[in-house]
Amino acid sequence: MKAFGSGHGACPGCGLPIAVKNVLESVAPCFVVNSTGCLEIISSQYGKSAWGVPYIHSLFENAAAVAAGIEVALKALGRTDEGPIVVFAGDGATADIGIGMLSGMFDRRHNVLYVCLDNEAYQNTGNQQSGLTPTGCYTTTTPSGKMLPGKLGPKKDMVAIALAHKVPYVATASVAFPRDIRRKAKRALDFDGPKYLQIHSPCVTGWGIEGRQAIPIARLAVETGLYPILEYEYGKLVRVRKIKQRKPVEEYLKLQKRYRHLLKHPRGYEIMEELQRIADENAMKFGLDV
Amino acid sequence: MMRVVRGFYSVAYSVKLCKPNVICAYPITPQTEIVERLAEMYANGELENCEYVTAESEFGAASILVGASAAGARTFTATCSQGLILMSEVLWNAAGMRLPIVLVNTNRSLSAPLSIWNDHQDSMAMRDAGIIQVYVENNQEVHDMIPQAFKIAEDRRVMLPFMVCMDGYKLTHAYEPVDLLSQELVDSFLPPYDPPIKLTTKNPLTFGSYATPDYYMEFRVAMHNAMERARRVMEEVFREWAEVSGRDWGGHITNSQEAETYVIAMGSLVGLVRDVVEELRKDGKSVGLIKLRTFRPFPAKELRKALKDANKVIIFERSLSLGSEPPVTLDVKSAIQKMDVDVYSLVVGLGGRDVPREVVKRNIEDVLDGKTEPGLHFEAKQFEEVIV
Repeated sequence: MKAFGSGHGACPGCGLPIAVKNVLESVAPCFVVNSTGCLEIISSQYGKSAWGVPYIHSLFENAAAVAAGIEVALKALGRTDEGPIVVFAGDGATADIGIGMLSGMFDRRHNVLYVCLDNEAYQNTGNQQSGLTPTGCYTTTTPSGKMLPGKLGPKKDMVAIALAHKVPYVATASVAFPRDIRRKAKRALDFDGPKYLQIHSPCVTGWGIEGRQAIPIARLAVETGLYPILEYEYGKLVRVRKIKQRKPVEEYLKLQKRYRHLLKHPRGYEIMEELQRIADENAMKFGLDV
Repeated sequence: MMRVVRGFYSVAYSVKLCKPNVICAYPITPQTEIVERLAEMYANGELENCEYVTAESEFGAASILVGASAAGARTFTATCSQGLILMSEVLWNAAGMRLPIVLVNTNRSLSAPLSIWNDHQDSMAMRDAGIIQVYVENNQEVHDMIPQAFKIAEDRRVMLPFMVCMDGYKLTHAYEPVDLLSQELVDSFLPPYDPPIKLTTKNPLTFGSYATPDYYMEFRVAMHNAMERARRVMEEVFREWAEVSGRDWGGHITNSQEAETYVIAMGSLVGLVRDVVEELRKDGKSVGLIKLRTFRPFPAKELRKALKDANKVIIFERSLSLGSEPPVTLDVKSAIQKMDVDVYSLVVGLGGRDVPREVVKRNIEDVLDGKTEPGLHFEAKQFEEVIV
């Protein structure tokens, strides 16, 4: 049986199976811990599991701790040769409700690869904002209205949070670049202790896009500088995905329903300028431009 | 080996003899010294094939044990009060996944108002989680209960978490002579944990599936059936323990006296109630003690048998169910609903309020003398309520 089999319930165009399959191709056989969320719901219905690796889902907020528990158990039982431990958790499970337990796992230096599948909102329950929802984004809990132009405030910087914990391997990736995901998942396992990999993954329903647009849009997020692809080893930036000709953020925003209100809203222009400023700052800070 | 030790040492030493693979906790008063002693043993290399983890919260501690237990490890934690209810989401989940985690709850009240002192409101709040609950009377009983807890929880007919409830401070910090068990005795009594299923790459299984309405009920009924089977398993293990250790703590309840009025007590209050009951019996009063050891599964059949010739039952409650009757009272009433027994529910000692001998005696005597009406009574002062 494949590590992650066909027949799961993901929407056509969903980025999650692409991310999961590419990670598992590099690291299986392994143990998988999954937080409550999109991936769990599409893959773990009783009697219809899509998983060909040992898999556990406990709760929304505790995947990092459950993974830590498996790690110490295997150590105590002398079974560390069975394979690495991988967490797949959504952006809300990672940056919001589970951040305390993620911090604990980082802090205690558990040998766990933590993969955050970042589709930028609580998409399993129909697009509510999370800490990783970007500025200006429409969600059902940050709708645009007469007063508000979608989410106010920035996307939480989980990479910086992981680095602040001295996590030895921290990287971002995108489902638009699967080979990069495979390389990073493999590279992560060269490091002892916690590893953090955040993978940008479009949600066709939440973002308001067609399935066939998912990969081109994910690519645009990178090519505009809004989602920089980074790799840190022992706190040092060792590699970035360079951009040949950086595109204006508007090209990325206008294709998605979740940003469309910005074109009409009185504060839309201001928000788009802010997003362009964030992209420019990323390009400068990480040296993204060729 | 008889030694005078404090309650937390009695727990920690017994846990060590049970050879857990993963111990994980977060410190909380008055549990702290249990995990401090275990941390010391770990630091000194006294815990073989064991990892000790200090979590970032009780929620994390319980979650770590979910992962560890699912991977096939024998697991232990201790907590109480705010820590226990912070764990509660995880503990319900662990019970549903049939993970036999053993925990010691050093019973403490719940906030607000903040109180670090003893009552039973914390463990009672976990009543419906699918966790076996046993209340101990003294530090020998808790020492003896821990190997039994692992054996019962890990029995394939059961596979549920087990919570040993010991009164915070009253037991945890009390010095008592305890006959410390030997490794040989515990080894011969408690086999290594051999779970029917576990997380392993050699046989990949899915744990923690979600169930559609077609299956959810069956899983919950299966848990109920396991709790029902636990009754028998516990009796077997209690008897076996009496044989191997020479100390017979009885069954789900203990009562030896014949009486018209029975007093039900749990935990550290039992000793005092036993003393008062004996004194009253010497004075010719027809009163007897029922020590309630097991609270989940609730020993309804045993209580019916014990109360078959009684006409009054007094329950010393150490918790409340606000807006209804306290938990033990509800279960006792449910057990004896067709019997002609008056029930007196006396709430005492919340938030560590001392329960002196004269309070116990007066309350029992007032019932015996017909001065107290059946129903719910609070041993509390007059108090000017601000919000009325």
